[in-house]
Amino acid sequence: MTSLRFFPLAGLLVATPAAALPDDPLQSPMWEFVGSQILGADASVRFDPRVRVVMPQIAENQRVFPVTVDARGIAGVRRIVVMIDLNPIQKAVDYQLREAEPYLSVRVKLDQRTPVRGLVQLADGSWLAGGSWIDAAGGGCSAPPVSRVKGDWAQHLGEVRGEQWTGGSGGTLRLAFRHPMDTGLVDNIPAYHLEEVTVATAGGKRVGTLQIQAATAEDPVFTLRPRTAGEELRITGRDTNGVGYAALIPAVRAR
Amino acid sequence: MIDRRTLLAGGAGLLAARPVAAALTYAITPQPVGEGLWIVRGADEPIAASNGGAIANLAIIATDAGTVLVDAGPSLRYGEQLKRVAIALTGKPVVRVYLTHLHPDHDFGSMAFAPETVAATDAFRAFPLSEHQGFGDGMYRLLGDWMRGTEFRMPGRSVPVGPEVIGGRTLRLLPLAGHSASDLALVDERSGVLIAGDLVFHDRAPSTPHADLARWKQSLATLRALPHRGVIPGHGPFDPSAHAAIDQTVAWLDWVEGALRGAVQGGLDMVEAGALPIPPRFAALKAARYELQRSVAHLYLGLEAELLPRVDQR
Repeated sequence: MTSLRFFPLAGLLVATPAAALPDDPLQSPMWEFVGSQILGADASVRFDPRVRVVMPQIAENQRVFPVTVDARGIAGVRRIVVMIDLNPIQKAVDYQLREAEPYLSVRVKLDQRTPVRGLVQLADGSWLAGGSWIDAAGGGCSAPPVSRVKGDWAQHLGEVRGEQWTGGSGGTLRLAFRHPMDTGLVDNIPAYHLEEVTVATAGGKRVGTLQIQAATAEDPVFTLRPRTAGEELRITGRDTNGVGYAALIPAVRAR
Repeated sequence: MIDRRTLLAGGAGLLAARPVAAALTYAITPQPVGEGLWIVRGADEPIAASNGGAIANLAIIATDAGTVLVDAGPSLRYGEQLKRVAIALTGKPVVRVYLTHLHPDHDFGSMAFAPETVAATDAFRAFPLSEHQGFGDGMYRLLGDWMRGTEFRMPGRSVPVGPEVIGGRTLRLLPLAGHSASDLALVDERSGVLIAGDLVFHDRAPSTPHADLARWKQSLATLRALPHRGVIPGHGPFDPSAHAAIDQTVAWLDWVEGALRGAVQGGLDMVEAGALPIPPRFAALKAARYELQRSVAHLYLGLEAELLPRVDQR
Protein backbone atom coordinates (compact mmCIF):
# COMPACT_ATOMS: atom_id res chain seq x y z
CA MET A 1 0.00 0.00 0.00
CA THR A 2 2.60 2.50 1.08
CA SER A 3 4.89 1.95 -1.90
CA LEU A 4 1.97 2.38 -4.31
CA ARG A 5 1.09 5.69 -2.74
CA PHE A 6 4.63 7.01 -2.93
CA PHE A 7 5.23 5.99 -6.51
CA PRO A 8 3.37 8.84 -8.23
CA LEU A 9 4.78 11.32 -5.72
CA ALA A 10 8.34 10.19 -6.44
CA GLY A 11 7.66 10.60 -10.12
CA LEU A 12 6.49 14.15 -9.52
CA LEU A 13 9.61 15.07 -7.55
CA VAL A 14 11.90 13.84 -10.29
CA ALA A 15 9.94 15.54 -13.05
CA THR A 16 9.53 18.96 -11.41
CA PRO A 17 12.99 20.50 -11.93
CA ALA A 18 13.15 19.53 -15.63
CA ALA A 19 9.68 20.94 -16.25
CA ALA A 20 10.41 24.30 -14.59
CA LEU A 21 11.66 26.03 -17.73
CA PRO A 22 8.89 26.52 -20.30
CA ASP A 23 9.11 25.13 -23.84
CA ASP A 24 11.34 27.30 -25.97
CA PRO A 25 9.56 29.04 -28.87
CA LEU A 26 12.96 29.19 -30.65
CA GLN A 27 13.35 25.39 -30.27
CA SER A 28 16.99 25.76 -29.26
CA PRO A 29 18.77 22.45 -28.61
CA MET A 30 20.50 24.05 -25.61
CA TRP A 31 17.71 26.07 -23.99
CA GLU A 32 17.02 23.75 -21.11
CA PHE A 33 20.68 23.19 -20.26
CA VAL A 34 21.96 26.73 -20.73
CA GLY A 35 18.80 28.33 -19.37
CA SER A 36 18.96 26.31 -16.17
CA GLN A 37 22.70 26.99 -15.79
CA ILE A 38 22.29 30.74 -16.10
CA LEU A 39 18.87 31.29 -14.53
CA GLY A 40 18.64 28.24 -12.27
CA ALA A 41 16.70 25.05 -12.94
CA ASP A 42 13.77 26.23 -10.83
CA ALA A 43 13.64 29.76 -12.25
CA SER A 44 10.25 31.14 -13.21
CA VAL A 45 10.52 32.13 -16.88
CA ARG A 46 7.93 33.42 -19.32
CA PHE A 47 8.50 34.30 -22.98
CA ASP A 48 7.21 37.83 -23.50
CA PRO A 49 7.24 39.89 -26.74
CA ARG A 50 7.71 43.06 -24.68
CA VAL A 51 11.34 41.99 -24.20
CA ARG A 52 12.50 43.40 -27.54
CA VAL A 53 15.81 41.98 -28.74
CA VAL A 54 16.85 44.11 -31.72
CA MET A 55 19.68 43.00 -34.03
CA PRO A 56 20.81 43.61 -37.63
CA GLN A 57 19.40 41.34 -40.39
CA ILE A 58 22.73 39.56 -40.83
CA ALA A 59 25.90 39.00 -38.79
CA GLU A 60 28.30 40.85 -41.07
CA ASN A 61 31.06 40.46 -38.48
CA GLN A 62 30.75 37.49 -36.14
CA ARG A 63 33.34 39.01 -33.78
CA VAL A 64 31.37 42.24 -33.29
CA PHE A 65 27.62 41.66 -33.45
CA PRO A 66 25.44 44.42 -31.99
CA VAL A 67 22.48 43.44 -29.81
CA THR A 68 19.99 45.74 -28.09
CA VAL A 69 17.65 44.54 -25.34
CA ASP A 70 14.85 47.04 -24.89
CA ALA A 71 12.43 46.21 -22.07
CA ARG A 72 11.14 49.76 -21.55
CA GLY A 73 7.61 48.45 -22.02
CA ILE A 74 7.90 46.49 -18.76
CA ALA A 75 7.72 47.99 -15.25
CA GLY A 76 10.04 46.95 -12.43
CA VAL A 77 12.94 45.40 -14.39
CA ARG A 78 15.97 44.89 -12.11
CA ARG A 79 18.38 42.99 -14.29
CA ILE A 80 19.11 42.25 -17.97
CA VAL A 81 21.11 39.23 -19.17
CA VAL A 82 22.26 38.73 -22.77
CA MET A 83 22.56 35.01 -23.53
CA ILE A 84 23.80 33.25 -26.68
CA ASP A 85 22.74 29.60 -26.53
CA LEU A 86 25.24 28.00 -28.91
CA ASN A 87 28.34 29.97 -27.98
CA PRO A 88 31.07 28.25 -25.95
CA ILE A 89 30.56 31.16 -23.52
CA GLN A 90 26.81 31.65 -23.36
CA LYS A 91 26.42 34.65 -21.05
CA ALA A 92 27.81 37.86 -22.53
CA VAL A 93 26.69 40.38 -19.93
CA ASP A 94 24.62 40.56 -16.76
CA TYR A 95 23.40 44.11 -16.05
CA GLN A 96 21.94 44.99 -12.65
CA LEU A 97 20.21 48.31 -13.11
CA ARG A 98 19.08 50.87 -10.53
CA GLU A 99 18.64 54.47 -11.74
CA ALA A 100 18.20 53.43 -15.38
CA GLU A 101 15.62 52.49 -17.97
CA PRO A 102 15.59 48.75 -18.77
CA TYR A 103 17.66 49.09 -21.93
CA LEU A 104 21.07 47.72 -22.88
CA SER A 105 23.09 47.71 -26.10
CA VAL A 106 26.17 45.49 -26.31
CA ARG A 107 28.30 43.82 -28.99
CA VAL A 108 28.86 40.12 -28.74
CA LYS A 109 30.83 37.33 -30.40
CA LEU A 110 28.98 34.61 -32.30
CA ASP A 111 30.55 31.20 -32.79
CA GLN A 112 27.86 29.81 -35.11
CA ARG A 113 24.18 30.18 -36.02
CA THR A 114 22.48 30.57 -32.65
CA PRO A 115 19.60 32.02 -30.67
CA VAL A 116 20.45 35.38 -29.10
CA ARG A 117 18.30 36.18 -26.08
CA GLY A 118 17.50 39.01 -23.76
CA LEU A 119 16.42 37.85 -20.28
CA VAL A 120 15.03 40.40 -17.86
CA GLN A 121 14.44 39.81 -14.16
CA LEU A 122 11.63 41.47 -12.24
CA ALA A 123 11.57 42.45 -8.54
CA ASP A 124 9.87 39.15 -7.60
CA GLY A 125 12.81 37.22 -9.06
CA SER A 126 10.93 35.90 -12.09
CA TRP A 127 12.30 36.25 -15.63
CA LEU A 128 10.84 37.40 -18.94
CA ALA A 129 12.59 36.29 -22.13
CA GLY A 130 12.80 37.44 -25.75
CA GLY A 131 15.12 36.88 -28.69
CA SER A 132 15.57 35.25 -32.08
CA TRP A 133 17.95 33.18 -34.18
CA ILE A 134 20.80 34.75 -36.08
CA ASP A 135 22.88 33.06 -38.76
CA ALA A 136 26.65 33.52 -38.43
CA ALA A 137 29.90 32.18 -39.78
CA GLY A 138 31.99 30.36 -37.19
CA GLY A 139 34.96 31.53 -35.22
CA GLY A 140 33.74 34.58 -33.31
CA CYS A 141 34.98 33.15 -30.02
CA SER A 142 37.95 31.16 -31.30
CA ALA A 143 39.80 33.70 -33.47
CA PRO A 144 42.44 35.92 -31.86
CA PRO A 145 41.40 39.53 -31.20
CA VAL A 146 42.55 42.19 -33.67
CA SER A 147 44.68 43.90 -30.99
CA ARG A 148 46.49 40.59 -30.26
CA VAL A 149 47.32 40.19 -33.95
CA LYS A 150 48.46 43.81 -34.09
CA GLY A 151 50.24 43.39 -30.77
CA ASP A 152 49.26 46.78 -29.33
CA TRP A 153 46.58 45.65 -26.86
CA ALA A 154 48.63 46.36 -23.73
CA GLN A 155 49.24 49.98 -24.74
CA HIS A 156 45.51 50.67 -24.70
CA LEU A 157 44.37 48.90 -21.51
CA GLY A 158 42.43 51.31 -19.35
CA GLU A 159 41.36 53.59 -22.18
CA VAL A 160 37.72 54.62 -22.10
CA ARG A 161 35.75 56.75 -24.53
CA GLY A 162 32.26 57.91 -23.75
CA GLU A 163 29.62 60.55 -23.74
CA GLN A 164 26.14 61.12 -22.38
CA TRP A 165 23.15 62.80 -23.98
CA THR A 166 19.80 63.94 -22.62
CA GLY A 167 16.78 64.61 -24.75
CA GLY A 168 13.13 63.95 -25.35
CA SER A 169 13.39 60.21 -24.82
CA GLY A 170 15.49 60.45 -21.64
CA GLY A 171 19.19 59.97 -21.04
CA THR A 172 21.71 57.97 -23.05
CA LEU A 173 25.17 56.92 -21.88
CA ARG A 174 27.64 55.32 -24.26
CA LEU A 175 30.89 53.78 -23.00
CA ALA A 176 33.66 52.24 -25.11
CA PHE A 177 36.48 50.36 -23.34
CA ARG A 178 39.72 49.13 -24.91
CA HIS A 179 40.26 45.49 -23.95
CA PRO A 180 41.27 42.35 -25.93
CA MET A 181 38.50 40.29 -24.22
CA ASP A 182 40.37 37.01 -24.63
CA THR A 183 38.05 34.01 -24.46
CA GLY A 184 40.70 31.46 -23.48
CA LEU A 185 39.71 29.47 -26.59
CA VAL A 186 42.62 30.67 -28.75
CA ASP A 187 45.93 28.75 -28.61
CA ASN A 188 48.34 30.07 -25.99
CA ILE A 189 46.18 33.04 -24.97
CA PRO A 190 44.53 32.53 -21.58
CA ALA A 191 41.12 33.99 -20.78
CA TYR A 192 41.44 37.67 -19.92
CA HIS A 193 38.53 40.08 -19.99
CA LEU A 194 36.86 43.15 -18.58
CA GLU A 195 34.88 41.78 -15.67
CA GLU A 196 32.86 44.48 -13.93
CA VAL A 197 31.83 48.07 -14.63
CA THR A 198 29.80 50.29 -12.30
CA VAL A 199 28.19 53.61 -13.24
CA ALA A 200 27.15 56.04 -10.47
CA THR A 201 26.70 59.75 -9.80
CA ALA A 202 29.14 61.73 -7.65
CA GLY A 203 26.53 61.56 -4.90
CA GLY A 204 26.57 57.78 -5.01
CA LYS A 205 23.33 57.13 -6.87
CA ARG A 206 24.00 53.93 -8.80
CA VAL A 207 22.89 53.73 -12.44
CA GLY A 208 23.89 50.08 -12.58
CA THR A 209 26.59 47.42 -12.60
CA LEU A 210 27.62 45.29 -15.56
CA GLN A 211 29.11 41.82 -15.02
CA ILE A 212 30.91 41.04 -18.24
CA GLN A 213 32.22 37.83 -19.80
CA ALA A 214 34.44 37.22 -22.81
CA ALA A 215 31.47 36.53 -25.12
CA THR A 216 31.31 40.33 -25.20
CA ALA A 217 33.20 41.65 -28.24
CA GLU A 218 36.76 42.97 -28.14
CA ASP A 219 36.86 46.65 -27.10
CA PRO A 220 33.46 46.45 -25.38
CA VAL A 221 30.90 49.17 -26.05
CA PHE A 222 27.77 49.60 -23.92
CA THR A 223 24.77 51.87 -24.26
CA LEU A 224 22.68 52.45 -21.12
CA ARG A 225 19.71 54.75 -20.42
CA PRO A 226 20.40 56.48 -17.07
CA ARG A 227 17.63 58.23 -15.16
CA THR A 228 20.06 60.69 -13.62
CA ALA A 229 19.07 63.77 -15.68
CA GLY A 230 22.49 64.41 -17.17
CA GLU A 231 24.37 64.57 -13.85
CA GLU A 232 28.12 63.88 -13.96
CA LEU A 233 28.72 60.12 -13.98
CA ARG A 234 31.65 58.18 -12.54
CA ILE A 235 32.69 54.94 -14.16
CA THR A 236 34.74 52.36 -12.30
CA GLY A 237 35.70 48.93 -13.52
CA ARG A 238 38.28 46.16 -13.41
CA ASP A 239 39.40 43.26 -15.54
CA THR A 240 40.24 39.69 -14.57
CA ASN A 241 43.90 40.60 -13.95
CA GLY A 242 42.88 43.38 -11.55
CA VAL A 243 43.62 46.23 -13.96
CA GLY A 244 41.37 49.12 -12.94
CA TYR A 245 39.32 51.39 -15.18
CA ALA A 246 38.16 54.85 -14.07
CA ALA A 247 36.39 57.50 -16.11
CA LEU A 248 34.35 60.63 -15.66
CA ILE A 249 31.46 61.58 -17.95
CA PRO A 250 30.78 65.30 -17.66
CA ALA A 251 27.31 66.57 -16.81
CA VAL A 252 25.03 67.65 -19.66
CA ARG A 253 21.89 69.74 -19.64
CA ALA A 254 18.66 68.62 -21.23
CA ARG A 255 18.36 69.93 -24.79
CA MET B 1 15.81 39.54 -38.77
CA ILE B 2 16.35 35.88 -39.58
CA ASP B 3 14.16 33.65 -37.47
CA ARG B 4 14.28 29.94 -36.91
CA ARG B 5 11.28 29.26 -39.12
CA THR B 6 12.84 31.03 -42.10
CA LEU B 7 16.04 29.11 -41.59
CA LEU B 8 14.28 25.79 -41.37
CA ALA B 9 12.10 26.59 -44.38
CA GLY B 10 15.17 27.71 -46.34
CA GLY B 11 17.09 24.60 -45.40
CA ALA B 12 14.21 22.25 -46.17
CA GLY B 13 13.56 24.03 -49.47
CA LEU B 14 17.17 23.66 -50.45
CA LEU B 15 17.14 19.93 -49.83
CA ALA B 16 13.82 19.38 -51.56
CA ALA B 17 14.51 21.54 -54.61
CA ARG B 18 18.05 20.40 -55.31
CA PRO B 19 18.45 16.70 -54.76
CA VAL B 20 21.28 16.42 -57.29
CA ALA B 21 24.09 18.71 -58.35
CA ALA B 22 23.05 18.57 -62.01
CA ALA B 23 20.04 20.72 -61.18
CA LEU B 24 22.28 23.71 -60.38
CA THR B 25 22.31 25.88 -63.50
CA TYR B 26 22.90 29.61 -63.77
CA ALA B 27 20.79 31.77 -66.09
CA ILE B 28 23.42 33.68 -68.13
CA THR B 29 21.78 36.04 -70.61
CA PRO B 30 24.09 38.58 -72.33
CA GLN B 31 22.41 41.85 -73.33
CA PRO B 32 24.05 44.02 -76.05
CA VAL B 33 25.10 47.50 -74.90
CA GLY B 34 27.43 48.47 -77.79
CA GLU B 35 29.05 47.05 -80.92
CA GLY B 36 30.50 43.69 -79.88
CA LEU B 37 29.87 44.47 -76.21
CA TRP B 38 27.46 42.73 -73.84
CA ILE B 39 26.53 43.00 -70.18
CA VAL B 40 25.61 39.89 -68.17
CA ARG B 41 23.49 41.04 -65.26
CA GLY B 42 23.75 39.67 -61.75
CA ALA B 43 20.77 39.51 -59.40
CA ASP B 44 20.46 42.78 -57.43
CA GLU B 45 20.41 40.83 -54.18
CA PRO B 46 22.70 39.63 -51.39
CA ILE B 47 24.70 36.43 -52.08
CA ALA B 48 22.30 33.54 -51.40
CA ALA B 49 21.71 29.90 -52.34
CA SER B 50 18.67 31.09 -54.34
CA ASN B 51 20.92 33.00 -56.79
CA GLY B 52 24.02 30.79 -56.61
CA GLY B 53 26.10 33.86 -55.76
CA ALA B 54 25.55 35.34 -59.25
CA ILE B 55 24.93 38.89 -58.05
CA ALA B 56 27.65 40.81 -59.93
CA ASN B 57 27.56 42.10 -63.50
CA LEU B 58 30.23 41.20 -66.01
CA ALA B 59 31.10 42.23 -69.56
CA ILE B 60 31.76 40.23 -72.75
CA ILE B 61 33.78 41.95 -75.51
CA ALA B 62 34.21 40.50 -79.03
CA THR B 63 37.57 41.15 -80.72
CA ASP B 64 39.20 39.79 -83.90
CA ALA B 65 41.67 37.86 -81.74
CA GLY B 66 39.08 36.28 -79.45
CA THR B 67 36.69 37.00 -76.62
CA VAL B 68 37.57 39.26 -73.68
CA LEU B 69 35.73 39.04 -70.34
CA VAL B 70 35.69 41.58 -67.57
CA ASP B 71 35.02 39.59 -64.38
CA ALA B 72 33.86 36.00 -64.39
CA GLY B 73 31.21 35.33 -61.74
CA PRO B 74 31.19 33.60 -58.35
CA SER B 75 32.15 29.95 -58.91
CA LEU B 76 33.90 27.43 -61.14
CA ARG B 77 30.45 26.22 -62.24
CA TYR B 78 29.52 29.77 -63.29
CA GLY B 79 32.81 30.29 -65.12
CA GLU B 80 32.40 27.08 -67.13
CA GLN B 81 28.86 28.03 -68.13
CA LEU B 82 29.98 31.57 -68.96
CA LYS B 83 32.73 30.23 -71.21
CA ARG B 84 30.19 28.25 -73.27
CA VAL B 85 27.79 31.21 -73.49
CA ALA B 86 30.54 33.66 -74.52
CA ILE B 87 31.96 31.37 -77.20
CA ALA B 88 28.49 30.72 -78.63
CA LEU B 89 27.90 34.48 -78.70
CA THR B 90 31.13 35.61 -80.38
CA GLY B 91 32.25 32.43 -82.14
CA LYS B 92 35.74 32.87 -80.68
CA PRO B 93 37.57 31.40 -77.68
CA VAL B 94 38.21 33.44 -74.53
CA VAL B 95 41.67 34.99 -74.79
CA ARG B 96 41.60 37.34 -71.80
CA VAL B 97 39.75 37.67 -68.49
CA TYR B 98 40.29 40.93 -66.59
CA LEU B 99 39.42 40.82 -62.91
CA THR B 100 38.29 44.17 -61.49
CA HIS B 101 38.90 43.43 -57.81
CA LEU B 102 39.28 40.73 -55.18
CA HIS B 103 35.66 40.12 -54.16
CA PRO B 104 34.49 36.54 -54.71
CA ASP B 105 31.23 37.37 -56.51
CA HIS B 106 33.42 38.78 -59.33
CA ASP B 107 36.51 36.61 -59.51
CA PHE B 108 35.95 32.97 -58.47
CA GLY B 109 34.50 32.13 -61.92
CA SER B 110 37.96 32.82 -63.39
CA MET B 111 38.99 29.36 -62.14
CA ALA B 112 37.37 28.03 -65.35
CA PHE B 113 40.03 29.78 -67.47
CA ALA B 114 43.74 29.12 -67.99
CA PRO B 115 45.69 31.24 -65.45
CA GLU B 116 47.82 32.84 -68.20
CA THR B 117 44.67 34.37 -69.72
CA VAL B 118 43.51 35.85 -66.40
CA ALA B 119 44.81 39.37 -65.68
CA ALA B 120 44.68 41.50 -62.56
CA THR B 121 46.60 44.45 -61.12
CA ASP B 122 49.87 43.85 -59.29
CA ALA B 123 48.14 45.10 -56.14
CA PHE B 124 45.45 42.43 -56.56
CA ARG B 125 48.11 39.78 -57.13
CA ALA B 126 49.91 40.90 -53.96
CA PHE B 127 46.96 40.05 -51.66
CA PRO B 128 47.77 36.94 -49.65
CA LEU B 129 46.23 33.74 -50.98
CA SER B 130 44.79 33.13 -47.49
CA GLU B 131 42.51 36.14 -47.95
CA HIS B 132 40.96 34.61 -51.08
CA GLN B 133 40.69 31.24 -49.35
CA GLY B 134 38.84 32.96 -46.50
CA PHE B 135 36.35 34.33 -49.04
CA GLY B 136 36.05 30.81 -50.42
CA ASP B 137 35.13 29.45 -47.00
CA GLY B 138 32.39 32.06 -46.70
CA MET B 139 31.06 31.30 -50.20
CA TYR B 140 30.95 27.54 -49.57
CA ARG B 141 29.07 28.17 -46.32
CA LEU B 142 26.46 30.34 -48.03
CA LEU B 143 26.20 28.53 -51.38
CA GLY B 144 27.08 24.89 -50.75
CA ASP B 145 27.11 22.79 -53.92
CA TRP B 146 27.03 25.82 -56.25
CA MET B 147 30.70 26.21 -55.29
CA ARG B 148 31.78 22.62 -55.91
CA GLY B 149 35.34 22.39 -57.23
CA THR B 150 36.02 26.13 -56.85
CA GLU B 151 39.46 26.71 -55.41
CA PHE B 152 41.14 30.08 -55.83
CA ARG B 153 44.21 30.40 -58.06
CA MET B 154 46.10 33.65 -58.52
CA PRO B 155 45.69 35.35 -61.92
CA GLY B 156 48.72 34.50 -64.06
CA ARG B 157 49.01 37.84 -65.82
CA SER B 158 49.61 41.43 -64.74
CA VAL B 159 47.52 44.27 -66.05
CA PRO B 160 49.91 46.53 -67.99
CA VAL B 161 50.20 50.27 -67.50
CA GLY B 162 48.30 52.14 -70.19
CA PRO B 163 46.01 50.86 -72.93
CA GLU B 164 46.01 47.30 -74.23
CA VAL B 165 45.03 46.44 -77.79
CA ILE B 166 43.45 43.01 -78.32
CA GLY B 167 42.28 41.96 -81.77
CA GLY B 168 42.07 45.55 -83.00
CA ARG B 169 40.13 46.74 -79.98
CA THR B 170 41.73 49.29 -77.63
CA LEU B 171 40.98 48.92 -73.94
CA ARG B 172 42.02 51.76 -71.63
CA LEU B 173 42.99 50.27 -68.30
CA LEU B 174 42.46 52.39 -65.17
CA PRO B 175 43.93 50.94 -61.98
CA LEU B 176 42.09 52.79 -59.18
CA ALA B 177 41.05 52.03 -55.58
CA GLY B 178 38.52 52.82 -52.88
CA HIS B 179 35.83 50.14 -53.11
CA SER B 180 38.72 47.81 -52.31
CA ALA B 181 42.49 48.31 -52.11
CA SER B 182 42.73 47.77 -55.88
CA ASP B 183 39.90 48.40 -58.35
CA LEU B 184 40.39 48.11 -62.11
CA ALA B 185 38.09 50.02 -64.46
CA LEU B 186 38.23 49.81 -68.28
CA VAL B 187 37.03 51.96 -71.15
CA ASP B 188 36.32 50.12 -74.39
CA GLU B 189 37.26 52.80 -76.93
CA ARG B 190 35.20 51.41 -79.81
CA SER B 191 31.89 51.60 -77.93
CA GLY B 192 32.93 54.35 -75.53
CA VAL B 193 31.50 52.32 -72.64
CA LEU B 194 33.10 52.45 -69.20
CA ILE B 195 33.25 49.06 -67.46
CA ALA B 196 33.51 50.25 -63.89
CA GLY B 197 33.59 47.16 -61.67
CA ASP B 198 32.38 47.88 -58.14
CA LEU B 199 33.56 51.48 -58.21
CA VAL B 200 30.08 52.18 -59.61
CA PHE B 201 26.76 50.75 -58.41
CA HIS B 202 23.44 51.57 -60.09
CA ASP B 203 19.99 51.30 -58.48
CA ARG B 204 21.58 48.86 -56.02
CA ALA B 205 23.12 50.09 -52.78
CA PRO B 206 26.95 50.11 -52.77
CA SER B 207 28.73 47.69 -50.44
CA THR B 208 31.68 48.74 -48.30
CA PRO B 209 33.47 45.72 -46.74
CA HIS B 210 36.94 46.94 -47.75
CA ALA B 211 36.08 50.52 -48.60
CA ASP B 212 38.21 53.60 -48.16
CA LEU B 213 35.51 56.19 -48.74
CA ALA B 214 37.84 59.13 -49.48
CA ARG B 215 39.84 57.15 -52.08
CA TRP B 216 36.62 55.75 -53.54
CA LYS B 217 35.25 59.26 -54.10
CA GLN B 218 38.55 60.34 -55.69
CA SER B 219 38.28 57.38 -58.08
CA LEU B 220 34.69 58.30 -58.90
CA ALA B 221 35.81 61.86 -59.72
CA THR B 222 38.42 60.37 -62.07
CA LEU B 223 35.79 58.20 -63.78
CA ARG B 224 33.36 61.11 -64.06
CA ALA B 225 35.96 63.17 -65.94
CA LEU B 226 36.57 60.47 -68.58
CA PRO B 227 35.18 60.83 -72.05
CA HIS B 228 32.75 57.92 -72.12
CA ARG B 229 29.16 57.19 -72.98
CA GLY B 230 27.40 54.60 -70.90
CA VAL B 231 28.53 52.67 -67.84
CA ILE B 232 28.47 48.98 -67.00
CA PRO B 233 28.31 49.13 -63.19
CA GLY B 234 29.49 46.32 -60.92
CA HIS B 235 25.92 45.82 -59.72
CA GLY B 236 22.61 47.04 -61.11
CA PRO B 237 21.40 47.89 -64.63
CA PHE B 238 23.47 49.39 -67.49
CA ASP B 239 23.54 53.18 -67.33
CA PRO B 240 23.11 54.56 -70.88
CA SER B 241 24.10 58.02 -69.64
CA ALA B 242 27.64 58.94 -68.69
CA HIS B 243 27.05 60.16 -65.14
CA ALA B 244 23.77 59.00 -63.54
CA ALA B 245 25.15 55.85 -61.90
CA ILE B 246 28.43 57.54 -60.90
CA ASP B 247 26.55 60.42 -59.29
CA GLN B 248 24.18 58.04 -57.52
CA THR B 249 27.14 56.10 -56.07
CA VAL B 250 28.73 59.35 -54.83
CA ALA B 251 25.41 60.46 -53.31
CA TRP B 252 24.96 57.18 -51.41
CA LEU B 253 28.53 57.15 -50.08
CA ASP B 254 28.19 60.80 -48.98
CA TRP B 255 24.91 60.05 -47.27
CA VAL B 256 26.14 56.91 -45.47
CA GLU B 257 29.26 58.64 -44.19
CA GLY B 258 27.35 61.72 -43.01
CA ALA B 259 24.52 59.69 -41.47
CA LEU B 260 26.89 57.43 -39.52
CA ARG B 261 29.00 60.34 -38.26
CA GLY B 262 25.80 62.04 -37.14
CA ALA B 263 24.65 58.82 -35.47
CA VAL B 264 27.83 58.51 -33.41
CA GLN B 265 27.68 62.19 -32.46
CA GLY B 266 23.99 61.88 -31.56
CA GLY B 267 24.46 58.93 -29.19
CA LEU B 268 23.11 56.09 -31.34
CA ASP B 269 24.43 52.54 -31.08
CA MET B 270 25.09 50.29 -34.09
CA VAL B 271 21.63 48.71 -33.98
CA GLU B 272 19.95 52.13 -34.03
CA ALA B 273 22.28 53.41 -36.76
CA GLY B 274 21.36 50.40 -38.92
CA ALA B 275 17.69 51.32 -38.48
CA LEU B 276 18.10 54.98 -39.59
CA PRO B 277 15.50 56.06 -42.14
CA ILE B 278 16.79 55.84 -45.72
CA PRO B 279 16.02 59.09 -47.63
CA PRO B 280 13.29 58.80 -50.29
CA ARG B 281 15.78 59.84 -53.00
CA PHE B 282 17.34 56.37 -52.60
CA ALA B 283 14.00 54.55 -53.04
CA ALA B 284 15.21 53.02 -56.34
CA LEU B 285 18.25 51.40 -54.71
CA LYS B 286 17.80 47.68 -54.09
CA ALA B 287 19.29 46.10 -50.92
CA ALA B 288 19.56 49.55 -49.31
CA ARG B 289 18.73 48.50 -45.73
CA TYR B 290 20.96 45.44 -46.02
CA GLU B 291 23.94 47.48 -47.23
CA LEU B 292 23.37 50.25 -44.66
CA GLN B 293 23.56 47.65 -41.88
CA ARG B 294 26.68 46.15 -43.45
CA SER B 295 28.25 49.60 -43.68
CA VAL B 296 27.49 50.15 -39.99
CA ALA B 297 29.44 46.95 -39.27
CA HIS B 298 32.32 48.10 -41.50
CA LEU B 299 32.59 51.75 -40.48
CA TYR B 300 31.09 52.35 -37.03
CA LEU B 301 33.97 51.22 -34.83
CA GLY B 302 36.36 53.54 -36.64
CA LEU B 303 33.95 56.45 -36.35
CA GLU B 304 33.46 55.86 -32.60
CA ALA B 305 37.22 55.79 -32.06
CA GLU B 306 37.43 59.08 -33.95
CA LEU B 307 34.41 60.91 -32.54
CA LEU B 308 33.73 59.76 -28.97
CA PRO B 309 35.89 61.72 -26.49
CA ARG B 310 38.41 60.03 -24.18
CA VAL B 311 37.05 60.11 -20.63
CA ASP B 312 39.42 57.82 -18.70
CA GLN B 313 41.32 59.20 -15.73
CA ARG B 314 44.55 57.27 -15.67
